Parts: sequence; C-alpha cells; structure tokens
Amino acid sequence: MHAAVVVFPGSNCERDLKVAFEAAGAKVSMVWHKDTDIPSGVDVIGVPGGFSFGDYLRCGAIAANSPICRSVKAHAERGGYVLGVCNGLQVLTETGLLPGILLRNAGLKYICKAVDLKVETSDSAFTNGYQAGTSITIPIAHNEGNYFADADTLARLNEENRVAFRYVNNPNGAQESIAGILSKNRRVRGMMPHPERMADPVHGNIEGATLFKSLVGSLEAV
Amino acid sequence: MKARVHVMLKNGVLDPEGEAVRHALGSLGFEGVEDVRQGKVIELELAEDDASTAEATVKDMCEKLLANTVIESYSVEIS
Repeated sequence: MHAAVVVFPGSNCERDLKVAFEAAGAKVSMVWHKDTDIPSGVDVIGVPGGFSFGDYLRCGAIAANSPICRSVKAHAERGGYVLGVCNGLQVLTETGLLPGILLRNAGLKYICKAVDLKVETSDSAFTNGYQAGTSITIPIAHNEGNYFADADTLARLNEENRVAFRYVNNPNGAQESIAGILSKNRRVRGMMPHPERMADPVHGNIEGATLFKSLVGSLEAV
Repeated sequence: MKARVHVMLKNGVLDPEGEAVRHALGSLGFEGVEDVRQGKVIELELAEDDASTAEATVKDMCEKLLANTVIESYSVEIS
C-alpha cells in the first residue's frame, strides 16, 4: 500500500502521519504543495495537521487552492482514498471534498488535550478495525474545530451514516458533536482529532493506530 | 479600479469573536450593545478599467476564494 503525505508551508504533523502510515505497513512518499502530480500508484493521500499558510484568510483556504490540491481532488474524484487530519480536514472542506466548515472554537480557546470519541460507524476502510459504539481516546489540538454545516447537510450526513466519530464531551461547540466525517463514497475521511498521536505505545495508547491498520489492511486486501 | 470586499458571517452562524467583543464592550461600561458581528474587509487594486467586468471578476474571486459561502456572505464595492 502506497501513501502520499502532502506538505504545505506551515504543516507540522506530516512526519507524524508518515510514521503512523509506515508503522501500519505502508510505503510513504512526501509531496510538496507546489508539485502538480501525485506519484503514480498512490492509494491514499494524507493531508496533515498544522497551520498551512499561517491559517491566512480562513484555515485551509489557501492550501485548498494550491497546485497539489487539484491533484488531490482529481485523485478523490477517481475514487482514491484521502485522509485529512485537523488542518487536513479544514483543507478538505475548503476544497469541497467534504461538506461543512470548521469555525472558531465556541470557547475561543485553543484546546490541546486527549478527548474521548464515540465510533459511530465501522463501515469504512478507515474505521473497520473499530467496533461501532465503542469509545476511544485520541488527542485534539485546534483553535478552529467547531464543525458547522447547514441543517440539510447534517441530515444527509446522518442518513447516509457518514459521521464517523463524535465527541463524548463536546469540547469546541461542534454541531451534533461531530469530530470526523466521511464522503459519500466513504473514501475521503476528515477528522479534527489526531490518530497519529495515539499510534505508538509511548503515546499512551494505540487506539489511533487502529485507523491506519484498518486502512492499510483494507487497501491491501483489494 | 479599486474593489472593496466585505465578508461577514451569515445570520444564524455563531460568531464567538463578535460575542467576546460584546462582552468586552460591556465590561468597559458601554451599555446596551445587544449584538456584535465582526467580519473582514479586503481591498483589491485591479488593472481592469470597466466597472461591470471588474465587479463580475471580484464576485468570482469571492465565490472561489475570498469567502466561504457555507458560512459567509459578501458584498463588493467598485470605485
């Protein structure tokens, strides 16, 4: 399984994402934002956390219009897999690959702590290693993690079982405590919490590693 | 031509920063501030000479980058 991790100026979780993918058995290529092509044979693209382009204008907005993001979009439109974490989710909503947007945390504070998440669905390559209904602990670190979408979009996400994770105790005001969502074809996945930061025994637990193992396992089985 | 774009959060979208400003105004003794909404102003210098072409271009810029119409509305002034 071959993963590519996109690097923007201001990304700061790209190496953690690489390490987590590699630990799950993937080969990883790093791709710079000015590159126009994704290496051939890439199965999944990781869009990492951080502060791409200094969060100027809106979080993720400038990155979403960078040359590499056109290729990320084309990859997703061909049915390729994409995982966006934290700023990566903000980038994916700005590209339109995932619905909604992330607003400033309702409490106006940057929040950096481990939080409990409820796994809402195991029906995706990203979450088939979890059991739906169970609770896992994964860290968040964000200032704009307050998920917002209009009522129709929320209804559609619920109907199509596309909310992957919800916060057990909503830390940031996110609508319906949404922490992670899936695209309609369930191959694009974005989440504010950082699974790559709970992926090695030294992190405290390895509940995030399950996501990478699920993904690598599902794609190698194809 | 010059263009000035105002970007505001749509009505109904929570504006925690505006709310924080409202609280701060209250603590400074300004009474009766019932709501505060904050947004941004973006000024552009354009080579275009035709006002209606410039307006159409800037609106396209707003749709594609300057505003996120999921939560924001925008208005364009050309001068």
